[in-house]
Amino acid sequence: MKAQDAWSAPKPTALLVLADGTVIEGRGVGALGKASGEVCFNTAMTGYEEILTDPSYAGQIITFTFPHVGNVGTNEDDIETVDMDGTAGVRGAILRTDITTPSNYRSGNHFDEWLKARKIVGLSGIDTRALTALIREKGMQNAVIAHDPNGGFDVEALKAEAAALPALEGMDLAKEITTPKTYNWNETTWAWENGFGKQDKPTYHVVALDFGVKRNILRLLADAGCRVTVVPANTSAEEILGHKPDGVFLSNGPGDPAATGEYAVPTIRALVASGLPVFGICLGHQMLALALGGTTKKMHQGHHGANHPVHDYTTNKVEITSMNHGFAVSAGTLPDNVEETHVSLFDGTNCGLRVKDAPVFSVQHHPEASPGPQDSHYLFARFIEMIENHKASAAA
Amino acid sequence: MPKRTDIQSIMIIGAGPIVIGQACEFDYSGTQACKALRDEGYRIILVNSNPATIMTDPDLADATYIEPITADAVEKIIAKEKPDALLPTMGGQTALNCALELDRLGVLKKHNVEMIGARADVIDKAEDREKFRAAMDTIGLENPRAAIASSPPILDEAGNITGYDRAAGYAEAMRQIDTIGLPAIIRPAFTLGGTGGGVAYNREEYEQIVRSGIDASPNGQVLVDESLLGWKEYEMEVVRDRADNCIIICSIENIDPMGVHTGDSITVAPALTLTDKEYQIMRNASIAVLREIGVETGGSNVQFAVNPADGRLVVIEMNPRVSRSSALASKATGFPIAKIAAKLAVGYTLDELENDITGGATPASFEPTIDYVVTKIPRFAFEKFPGSEPTLTTAMKSVGEVMAIGRTFKESLQKALRGLETGLTGLDPIEIEGLGHGEDYTAIRKALAVPTPDRLLNVAQAMRLGTSAKEINEICKIDPWFLEQMQEIVEMEEKVIEHGLPDNAQAMRMVKAMGFSDSRLAVLAKTTPDKVAALRAKLDVKPVYKRIDTCAAEFTSPTAYMYSTYETPTPGLPSCEANPSEKQKVVILGGGPNRIGQGIEFDYCCCHAAFALKDAGYEAIMINCNPETVSTDYDTSDRLYFESLTPEDVLEILHLENSKGTLKGVIVQFGGQTPLKLAQTLVEEGIPILGTSPDMIDLAEDRDRFQRLLHRIDLKQPENGIAYSVEQGRLIANELGMPLVVRPSYVLGGRAMQIIRDEEALNNYLLGTLPELVPHDVRAKYPNDKTGQINTLLGTNPLLFDRYLDGAIEVDVDALCDGEDVFICGIMEHIEEAGIHSGDSACSLPAYTLDEETLAKLEEQGRKLALELNVVGLMNVQFAIKEGEIYVLEVNPRASRTVPFVAKTIGEPIAKIAARVMAGEKLATFNLQPKKLDHVAVKEAVFPFARFPGVDTVLGPEMRSTGEVMGLDTDFSFAFAKSQLGGGTIIPQSGTVFISLKDADKPKILEAAKKLVASGFSIISTDGTQRYLENQGIPCAKVNKVLEGRPNIVDAIKNGGVQLVFNTTEGAQALSDSRPLRQAALMNKVPYYTTIAGAVAAAQGIEAFRAKTLEVRSLQSYFC
Repeated sequence: MKAQDAWSAPKPTALLVLADGTVIEGRGVGALGKASGEVCFNTAMTGYEEILTDPSYAGQIITFTFPHVGNVGTNEDDIETVDMDGTAGVRGAILRTDITTPSNYRSGNHFDEWLKARKIVGLSGIDTRALTALIREKGMQNAVIAHDPNGGFDVEALKAEAAALPALEGMDLAKEITTPKTYNWNETTWAWENGFGKQDKPTYHVVALDFGVKRNILRLLADAGCRVTVVPANTSAEEILGHKPDGVFLSNGPGDPAATGEYAVPTIRALVASGLPVFGICLGHQMLALALGGTTKKMHQGHHGANHPVHDYTTNKVEITSMNHGFAVSAGTLPDNVEETHVSLFDGTNCGLRVKDAPVFSVQHHPEASPGPQDSHYLFARFIEMIENHKASAAA
Repeated sequence: MPKRTDIQSIMIIGAGPIVIGQACEFDYSGTQACKALRDEGYRIILVNSNPATIMTDPDLADATYIEPITADAVEKIIAKEKPDALLPTMGGQTALNCALELDRLGVLKKHNVEMIGARADVIDKAEDREKFRAAMDTIGLENPRAAIASSPPILDEAGNITGYDRAAGYAEAMRQIDTIGLPAIIRPAFTLGGTGGGVAYNREEYEQIVRSGIDASPNGQVLVDESLLGWKEYEMEVVRDRADNCIIICSIENIDPMGVHTGDSITVAPALTLTDKEYQIMRNASIAVLREIGVETGGSNVQFAVNPADGRLVVIEMNPRVSRSSALASKATGFPIAKIAAKLAVGYTLDELENDITGGATPASFEPTIDYVVTKIPRFAFEKFPGSEPTLTTAMKSVGEVMAIGRTFKESLQKALRGLETGLTGLDPIEIEGLGHGEDYTAIRKALAVPTPDRLLNVAQAMRLGTSAKEINEICKIDPWFLEQMQEIVEMEEKVIEHGLPDNAQAMRMVKAMGFSDSRLAVLAKTTPDKVAALRAKLDVKPVYKRIDTCAAEFTSPTAYMYSTYETPTPGLPSCEANPSEKQKVVILGGGPNRIGQGIEFDYCCCHAAFALKDAGYEAIMINCNPETVSTDYDTSDRLYFESLTPEDVLEILHLENSKGTLKGVIVQFGGQTPLKLAQTLVEEGIPILGTSPDMIDLAEDRDRFQRLLHRIDLKQPENGIAYSVEQGRLIANELGMPLVVRPSYVLGGRAMQIIRDEEALNNYLLGTLPELVPHDVRAKYPNDKTGQINTLLGTNPLLFDRYLDGAIEVDVDALCDGEDVFICGIMEHIEEAGIHSGDSACSLPAYTLDEETLAKLEEQGRKLALELNVVGLMNVQFAIKEGEIYVLEVNPRASRTVPFVAKTIGEPIAKIAARVMAGEKLATFNLQPKKLDHVAVKEAVFPFARFPGVDTVLGPEMRSTGEVMGLDTDFSFAFAKSQLGGGTIIPQSGTVFISLKDADKPKILEAAKKLVASGFSIISTDGTQRYLENQGIPCAKVNKVLEGRPNIVDAIKNGGVQLVFNTTEGAQALSDSRPLRQAALMNKVPYYTTIAGAVAAAQGIEAFRAKTLEVRSLQSYFC
């Protein structure tokens, strides 16, 4: 073989085409074909499997800033999507380096195989840091990601497609990933050596409104003593109250809170009015804010990572949190009876609220972690405390 | 919570001399602490005996005490300065132990000093093995199966602890072995870098290690652990504030599994083989450990072991202070742990502090996230300690480390390998010992199973020989993930060997992105590095520079802290973040990893250059790859490139910086031998070099040219010759006659420098020592041709032969010169005679025996040399004086090891002045006046012999010390005594002195011996010395030599019957006969002196201390 042949440059087998016309060539990984979505970046150094199964990423293409992804392979236990048979939420994955053979005692599958099975289109071998900087400068753009082992791409068509993609604003993505039917949940969190447990003797009953809920939220509720009834996103307040819950949980999820809020906000208002304890996370937090009279806005680059400091005004402590959101609550728009409880120390954006005269609170970050630090697990205890108080006052 | 206003003054204790296990990292942490707390308006009182540190610069503290770090000395400082608080967490184990001792003695209470950062009970809980285990049980964390063997304290009538019953401790340890099982890991309590510990595979080894461990532990305590050999090892760097906010700065994964000390392990950051679930378990555990132990504020590290088979996690230990790993973590992430920890200690909380690196855009209360991989590789010095086994164990033996940053593991690993400066260009081939003799697989297994400094090279070599990654993992337990990455490197090497270099940009970039250096590619493709570089230039394949920003580019970083990498360019995506400025700039090349002969002194000089040039209005740009140092603090220079100091890496940066603004020049004279080796390459590339020209530096190294220069200015040197081959070497030796000093040219620290006294020694040198010096590439070029290899080596590094001046006084002279004026900064008289490496001998400034006339002559000769060599900047000359004649031994027209010592002694920042002179200012501007000092400074070296059992402690021309201390006082004897104390040698006040001297030395001890007897010491000696002393009227008992039967001198030492040893010897036989006695002295911590001058000075020190107690004085007070 001549040197030219040995070193002949392979054609790029994957492209990322941004709405502004930037074309990034790389090596294809994961599923073949193409997908489109909004490009964001996640700065976590562990937990790619949890991230890629987090339903809140629906409609997005994730750029991993950490260069090695796939090192520990994938396994069944680290999945966050409840319904793995449904469509994957996340549209694409962008990596700096090639995927390696997994090395971890829990690894069950090679990451590349797993991406293929999950139908996630991926691209590797690009300067992810430069792309991250571009997102930082220009915001989260829409893009098309395409993977063809023969490198056959119609770049102009892809550019046109990317430019024509609708913005995430105004999109109700929750309806695509919410559970189609009501189900019960009693699995508790994972512990080394024992794996997951079961909540056999629940003390409380919580209805979780599923906008794209992560398993670990449900597990932490189970850990806290709850039997959880998970209901579809469009379930009415009447139906929810019909389950006679001790409290209601508003889940995380993808998309624009204003869009999903069109049908969810009236429900949430009714739930708040019922006097039941309500706890919301992420999209649930944003829609609760809308229900209480506040507004939300699209963020420039969003928050996606596992190192975000949040100041809890109620304890005056800083917690390191897992975050994943592209919209934020405009704290200034909250009515007087609503108090801002948490704030991001990175940019001062709102991260939590509480209704002064009702057992209602929510946070923007992900106290369930998975992946990320577990500093905010205490919020589940706070919810239970509200349920306890509510039950006690109801009894009295 | 804002800072505390109830305290105004804070004492910071440094780490003392550089020793194995405590190096520059504590200068880095201490310097940060001093700066941070002074910025907050506190009065800072600093104690450190190490003059080579930046932290002891008089500008950095309000009162700087270069005094021994002993409870006695520090108490006196406390009494004088009355600090409100003591911060003990910045100076390693030395500071912690000293603080604990002060607390135990009630000194802190008496003077009302509050310990901040860590309280005594907290330190105790973390360090006392028993208490630590109990604490871990409380929070439900598993420890390895373990037992503790403690020696019961021996109390005097007043109930004070006078010692420990070590025999009982030993018996206890022997009882424990059945519950723990073998192999077992033995760790002594309260020791540095695990001294005295190890892994025992059988009962005999167990007995031996337990004994040395109990001896090494100050309280006679050892922890015997279940062996977790082969488990994965991790470290978490945690910071906590008084509001209980806890953050993880960095996780570190050891590539070397359990069994090798973390300091000796190759490590990566962040951890690369953990799922999030496992990572969070470790994160929660580390925070729980800090809370339980009670570290209220500051940085700590927690070490874990994880069973790769099932994920079982156990806690190994924690350090309630900043450490070597926290320095590494700071450099790896851009989060300055020591600086933040210092501020937390005075009451701030994390959210009140800024993250500097993002220019304050974010607070310090977050967890850094990185988008690159950091690799640290330790550097060893086994070659300096013949007789020691180059096996890595739980006791640390490395003397330095290199860190490299790459976007991928492969890139960072290969960058680190070349940054080590051990001649590697990457994963160079290595000869596997025993290959081709019998069963190859057995030889390979052996090379992989035993951890050595070369293990990673052996792994790559085994791969080349066809061993699979799976087999390798089974033998050495290195995680398969790392092995697969190495396999890919090896496969790419094979591709280049087969097909030559890539001929297109894309493929070339892909190869470079794997971390291959041009030099490595040149070897693989059988071409030269220049040609590889030219090809790259033609293909336009250049590195880009990324910033270390703590946040993976989430925020912009105004801080120019950078590393190189190779990225695929994409139109519209700017990849390079270097953004060179339009300013006038000076680039300073650092010294790379610490090694014996090149350490903190050179880092001091580089930092001073950066400070001075910033002051003078230049943009100071630093290039270095040593994570321990102050020079690699992004705060030290305007721009920092964390890069290996190879021609390729440095030139790429210089070309980039040269593309904008004005590159005034490069300083190569401050970082030791490392940057000097690059000078020629820079000149060839047309890069301006500041200061003394490289040609003059070369002249000083070039025998022939230098000899002509000396003739011209009429200076003497010892008769000498130069040999470019083994044969020539023999001829020259014959011509000059014995004894001779021989050394290869262009080496630092006297590597392979020896005194040759007879034919046999010469033979051993030429055929035994020289082959060890042959670099990897030469070996690979001429396999199985030893003579060919040696002669190739001598072709570029000829052998220098000097007539040895027996018994001469050696002198070091440091001078500043601007090409016209010369300022003699200091004339240092060595205590030990010529022939002992200058880095290993103690010296006195001013000279303590030389007369005015000789001093004047030395000054004159120094002046002549500086002007003749057209020195611009610093120069160091070594002279020998014998029978009134002055001989020039060597001239180094660059910064020398003694610069910080001289600067502190004379009170002038000579390194700063030199840097400005090099940038064009005249010496006259600085108004330097020769002044008569009314104080004396003695510099003493400290040695790592205790870490290398079996190695002879006799000093020679090859440098083996790791660090130095300074004793400062108003007269020589006191200064000397303080230097001994500072170096950890407690000179006895009474007891028995053992004296055994070679004939020539005997008359020189008389006066000292008489004084010792008068002071109440008894003297014992072996045969010859005993008769001599008795004849001279000095009472002296006879003791058997080792070979003369029992009981002998070794028994006497072991039984505590000897408090001081004076032993000089000569000749191979006598040397080997007396070796056990030096070993015994070393192991039983009996002070020993192996030169007559050292012995005499020690006797003077004893006398001084008997006459007057130790007094302390701040450095600043000497110059008011």
